[in-house]
Amino acid sequence: MSYYEEDDLSRFGEIGKHRPDLFAKFMDWYQACQEDGALSKREKALIGLAVAHALQCPYCIDAYSQSCLESGSNLDQMTEAIHMASAIRGGAALIHGLQAHNSVHKVSM
Amino acid sequence: MTFDFEQKLASHGLELRATSVATLQVNVGKLCNQACKHCHVDASPKRTEIMTRETAEQVLAALRRFRILTLDLTGGAPELNPSFRWLVTEARALGTHVMVRHNLTVMFEPGQEDLSEFFRAHQIEVISSLPYFQEQQTDAQRGNGVFTKSIEAIRRLNAVGYGVDGSGLHLNLVYNPVGAFLPPAQSAIEADFKRELQSRYGLTFNQLYTITNMPIKRFLEYLRRSGNEERYLRKLVEAFNPNAVAGVMCRRLVSVDWTGKLYDCDFNQMLELGVAENAPQTIAEFDPIKLAQRRIVTGVHCFGCTAGAGSSCGGAVA
Repeated sequence: MSYYEEDDLSRFGEIGKHRPDLFAKFMDWYQACQEDGALSKREKALIGLAVAHALQCPYCIDAYSQSCLESGSNLDQMTEAIHMASAIRGGAALIHGLQAHNSVHKVSM
Repeated sequence: MTFDFEQKLASHGLELRATSVATLQVNVGKLCNQACKHCHVDASPKRTEIMTRETAEQVLAALRRFRILTLDLTGGAPELNPSFRWLVTEARALGTHVMVRHNLTVMFEPGQEDLSEFFRAHQIEVISSLPYFQEQQTDAQRGNGVFTKSIEAIRRLNAVGYGVDGSGLHLNLVYNPVGAFLPPAQSAIEADFKRELQSRYGLTFNQLYTITNMPIKRFLEYLRRSGNEERYLRKLVEAFNPNAVAGVMCRRLVSVDWTGKLYDCDFNQMLELGVAENAPQTIAEFDPIKLAQRRIVTGVHCFGCTAGAGSSCGGAVA
């Protein structure tokens, strides 16, 4: 048994059974964020896919993979977005190496 | 969630009736040189169902008698019907606008080498499937080698003026998703196709039509095999757009099968869902007045034409 169930993605609305007012506010905001604006829907879907990978949320990865396809992106473009997320995650880990160096230097002669 | 299309229409206070018969869409047979994975006709080189000259003459008689504006020829690969060139020539002589759903690769079949020139000579509108501007996606859906041949075919069509500004020769391409997802916004993906086909291959075309894959026949088999059926149907139903209903093609079109029977669309034809019982049933009985107000016969597949921006043989409708 996995903690993540694919069917749960389509059950997301059930969260709103409790404090529906809060869920409605979230959904209004969430939907508004997806619309064409200064960024296109396609660009936003690629950002969503990248963030989904950075968060490693399987629901979001599934949902934004579909959004990317349905806004016309292909696997090359999606993979580049995933590399961006991964590179920033990698860079973020790596730059913390300075913290380690600092810590070591602080107690070293 | 309801998967009942009539119930969904009723919940929005809608019903689906024809308004006119501006287009006669004739499926001249299921024979095709390709066997695409999404084909709603189940067309292939092995199919033998093909319209006879006698039935094609009845189509022509209907065009002549009722002055139908547009003849939309489809298949299979319509060019493989022995009466194809005769029907096109006669229809054009009547002044009928003729559209051919041309799969591009049929141009490389024996006896079809001059097809682009034939289209040009008769001022045919050419509508061709190219599911993506990359080889991998196109070949995954339409078969190995199809993309390379399709590019060469578009080159030949461009060479005689198709898709070239000012020529008056229209080459419209059709995008449909390579898988169980909805098409993107037509204008956005059209811009991508124009940019990529121009920069990669120096090719041009007029418009790109986005068409949703219908959950019937070969595509339905794919959905079932891949475990995507329920998810895809749910996606179509959730994306139901009441504003798309007014623009669906069945309201202005009658579909004719290779035997001469009448249907509301090519999808109903493949499901053998004939036109409403009180309407003429065959091309021999064709009467646009009696067909104009008919109630459209619907099924769960109709959610495919009303999802999102809608879908028709002419692309998005809403």
